[in-house]
Amino acid sequence: MTDTAAVALAREGDSDAFRGLVERHSRAVYRLAHRMTGNPQDAEDVVQETFLKAYRQLGRFESRANFGTWLHRIAVNCSIDLIRGRKHQETGHDAADLDTLDAAVRDKDQRVDPSPERLMLSAEVQERVSRAMDGLTSMERAAFVLRHFEGQSIDEIGRALNLKANAAKHSIFRAVRKMRLALEPFVES
Amino acid sequence: MSEQLHLTDDDLVLHYYGEEVPRAESHLAACGACQANFTRLQRVMAFIDSAPAVEAPDGFERIAWARLQPALGAPQRGWVSWFVFSPARLAFAAGVLVLVGASFMAGRWWPPTMPAAGGPAPQIQTDAQVRERILLVDLGEHFDRSQRVLTELASADDTAGSVDISLEQSRAEQLVAANRLYRQTATTTGDAAIVAVLDDLERVLVDIAASPTTMTQEELDAVKRRIESKELLFKVRVMASQVRARQRDAIQVKSSTSTVGS
Repeated sequence: MTDTAAVALAREGDSDAFRGLVERHSRAVYRLAHRMTGNPQDAEDVVQETFLKAYRQLGRFESRANFGTWLHRIAVNCSIDLIRGRKHQETGHDAADLDTLDAAVRDKDQRVDPSPERLMLSAEVQERVSRAMDGLTSMERAAFVLRHFEGQSIDEIGRALNLKANAAKHSIFRAVRKMRLALEPFVES
Repeated sequence: MSEQLHLTDDDLVLHYYGEEVPRAESHLAACGACQANFTRLQRVMAFIDSAPAVEAPDGFERIAWARLQPALGAPQRGWVSWFVFSPARLAFAAGVLVLVGASFMAGRWWPPTMPAAGGPAPQIQTDAQVRERILLVDLGEHFDRSQRVLTELASADDTAGSVDISLEQSRAEQLVAANRLYRQTATTTGDAAIVAVLDDLERVLVDIAASPTTMTQEELDAVKRRIESKELLFKVRVMASQVRARQRDAIQVKSSTSTVGS
């Protein structure tokens, strides 16, 4: 059954049809949500909120549109809502400055063997990138993901995160600086 | 070329993302240092792009549906129908009402106290303390209900070969929605210990809710092992008792602050 057909049935109250959509798309939504939030629990919450919103807004979905793309937009917004909600709770994470991160990275360099063979493993690369992204604040992370992976413009990111364009730009700059600091030693080795 | 004319790291980031940076192209073509810096940036970005996204755990689709199903109402049929014919939705709504009601009553019962002139400053109840008390009001009951479901399953007799768990499943389904609400509230109040137990509990409740109504001996044993492996029953008992104790403490604090204010 196509997504369009499943949406039509789900609109009529067919929960099995909606279940099919959840089963087909929940992994992709999770991947996006994890990238945005950096945490499995938050990612699961975003998946839940995304499908709840989608279900309640099925009437607004235009059958000519792509359901996956529509769902993706909802998931981005749900991730942003969650990040905005948690922004004020961040303390130590926000305070992490580049010097501290630099010291931590140098310390890690001495402990980890970055042999090319190991770096070839995608799991190893994933782990390194995940750790580097964990060094970002939630706003830096969201701004970076929206720019780098979602291809949004700085103005769009500013609007989404409720930041002035200049602040959004600086969030991206800080994120890239931290990512470079954390990853360059591995990439250059 | 003088150093002040070099492109900054931020200029290079903008250039990488295709934003307009005056003189970036011409400078990169002429300056080896900036070109080398830009190449390092490109390598890091390529490294990031090569990292696969984190995948959801096995069986995530089933778990996502089990979490979602109790919260779904019929689409586009008006809000009243959301409350009809579903014990899970009614339980969820009841949970919300309890929290809203507790917030209202907390406001009525525990008004902010005013400092007496010249006297010691009374212990003002912060928003976080009020939120915590509201959570505690219902959380103990939630842990008790969850404990009953887990105990029934852990002690279910499976010697007949198969066991009908429809009753426990229906309760678990109701508890999943409420559990999520409590977990989110506990996350907001920053209570990591409660969040951790609720998180473990939710995963097992979701598993139970998503299981077949009639379980084979093997399936039931798998659920029992899941409960035992995380010492979930023990943790839930301990947490229920701690929540009760904190409720009592909160009441004592409230009494003492009310006395100071009176």
